[in-house]
Amino acid sequence: METLKKLVPSDLNASKWVRMILGILVLALLVWRLVDVILIQRLYGPDTWARFAITGLIIGGMYALIAIGYTLVYGILLMINFAHGEVMMLGSFAGYFVFELLAFIPSPGPENPEQVLLNAFPVLSILVAFLVGMLVSALAGYFLEKIAYRPLRKAPRLVPLISAIGASIFLQNAAMLLFGPQRRTYLNPTLLDRGLGLEIPIAGNNVLVPYTGIFSFVLSILLMLGLYLLVQKTKLGRSMRAVAEDKGAAALMGINVDAVISRTFIISGILAGAAGVMWGVHNGLLNHYVGYIPGMKAFTAAVMGGIGNIPGAMLGGMTLGILESLGPAMLGIDFQLKDVIAFTILILVLIFRPSGLLGERLSEEKV
Amino acid sequence: MTKLTLTNHPPVVIEAQSVTKRFGGLVAVSSVDLSIREKTIYAIIGPNGAGKTTFFNCISGFYTPEEGEVLFYGKSIKGKTTDRIAHLGISRTYQNIRLFSQMTAIENILVGSHCRYTNHWLDAILHTRRYRREEAESLAKAHDLLKFIGLEGLGDNLASNLPYGAQRRLEIARALASNPKLLLLDEPTAGMNPQETDEMIEFIRSLRDNLGITILLIEHDMRMVMGISEYISVLDYGMKIAEGTPTEIQSNQKVIEAYLGPGAAALQEKFSRGKDE
Repeated sequence: METLKKLVPSDLNASKWVRMILGILVLALLVWRLVDVILIQRLYGPDTWARFAITGLIIGGMYALIAIGYTLVYGILLMINFAHGEVMMLGSFAGYFVFELLAFIPSPGPENPEQVLLNAFPVLSILVAFLVGMLVSALAGYFLEKIAYRPLRKAPRLVPLISAIGASIFLQNAAMLLFGPQRRTYLNPTLLDRGLGLEIPIAGNNVLVPYTGIFSFVLSILLMLGLYLLVQKTKLGRSMRAVAEDKGAAALMGINVDAVISRTFIISGILAGAAGVMWGVHNGLLNHYVGYIPGMKAFTAAVMGGIGNIPGAMLGGMTLGILESLGPAMLGIDFQLKDVIAFTILILVLIFRPSGLLGERLSEEKV
Repeated sequence: MTKLTLTNHPPVVIEAQSVTKRFGGLVAVSSVDLSIREKTIYAIIGPNGAGKTTFFNCISGFYTPEEGEVLFYGKSIKGKTTDRIAHLGISRTYQNIRLFSQMTAIENILVGSHCRYTNHWLDAILHTRRYRREEAESLAKAHDLLKFIGLEGLGDNLASNLPYGAQRRLEIARALASNPKLLLLDEPTAGMNPQETDEMIEFIRSLRDNLGITILLIEHDMRMVMGISEYISVLDYGMKIAEGTPTEIQSNQKVIEAYLGPGAAALQEKFSRGKDE
């Protein structure tokens, strides 16, 4: 017993030293690269930096939407829903098929006899694609919880986590079998053509901000605002917060805990579905694997903001998007390495601030 | 003739018929019978580990008893989920306060009133008239309750920032928000000083007198129990060993022995002190 007592604090001290040295090394590396790239080499002009930042914001909005799903579920069930990226992927497929279907139905106009429904009613088409994508993801989230997590509600915490990883692999492979492994290109209405955008003059050069990006960013902000109001101001939001804090007491207040958990998964699914369609519309690529990396990145964002904390997930998503986009340029490394940056951030957050940017109060309580 | 007896006796709110709850080999509650009439203040007392809280949990639906029946206004509620039972009109507080500490005082009360309002989350999104009416109504009611428990103007404080006595009263207000017919209070004066206890006694009485709520409470503080309750049941090792009015219980030999072992005169002294005050 005595030896144990002596061992534990010295171990803690050791990890403190390791963390400090590691911290100094990381900081030194950062400073050296930043000074080298920005002050000495001057690789990029302000217009390029602006372009990186804008790309980061757009992608960050999508990360934030997905990250909210992780954080909502963690807040209520204390579990990481690793199949959440796949929920997003299913929404992305749903939006894709809506566009394909609408592009298949002819709707000849007076000037344009070849016109299809997709371009005859572009706004309506986009609306339908998003609604269907959100619906499909909401259903996916709902059934995922019902089938893969609810039976394990009383099991140790590790068990539903394994089930989540299993569900993720299952959904990915199911999508591959159903839709095939080939890469597909998202077919947007010409209104949201990926080549079109707003030209903003910065430092003498025009920076193209694609309409798809503006649209995605605005939509993600609106959805986040809606979610915030839902959680703070409505009866459902209050019951979600009550269930997150104390399931037993919430049930005694007449709250149906199972129903609230189901609705949490539905809301997470709606946001992930919207992010999925945005991802397709903005990036243009789709296959069964498309949810995996954004899912992992959004998980990183949720951890970075403080898992269980909704504003934290929003902040984390935006921050991660920007860091990932600016990072390779700032460090002067290859642009293919942006995934490395994202996951390095995850590791650094876990080492230096495991409770996340905004998560202090909450994680202390849950631990 | 029957009519006459009906008017003489208010209806039975809750009736336990030989309720038994086991945990593995341990019989926590062993065929307990109990029946509480409307607008009574009823207390369950007993030494530590006598099965009082377990019995509470059987009524509020947190546990399902293995044997016996629990009837609420004559209808069985055994095996119903906690939230359904709350909808029927049974509400409770805890021995250790279980407020939603990260929510404000007013939000805690609003959560308590959830089961009385029917607005759907689509109502909230569409901002329908029903949603607006119900939100306004529940908010007004929550403010009334805050006033009732003497916390007027403190509604926007986080529950965890309120003083201890206020948290206890807030927990009761949260329970009241669901318009319960029966209120279960688990040690409402735990950790309170004599003055706070007296205030709580007055408060509980006012619940019965002004709101007409039937109250079932568990309490350790004998002074409080004897001062407030009209009828008492005593549990020991999961079994009901006595029931009666406070005076009857105080002179019951079995009760005295359960508390302090055979030949315990000290307890009688404690009881009589309680009576004097």
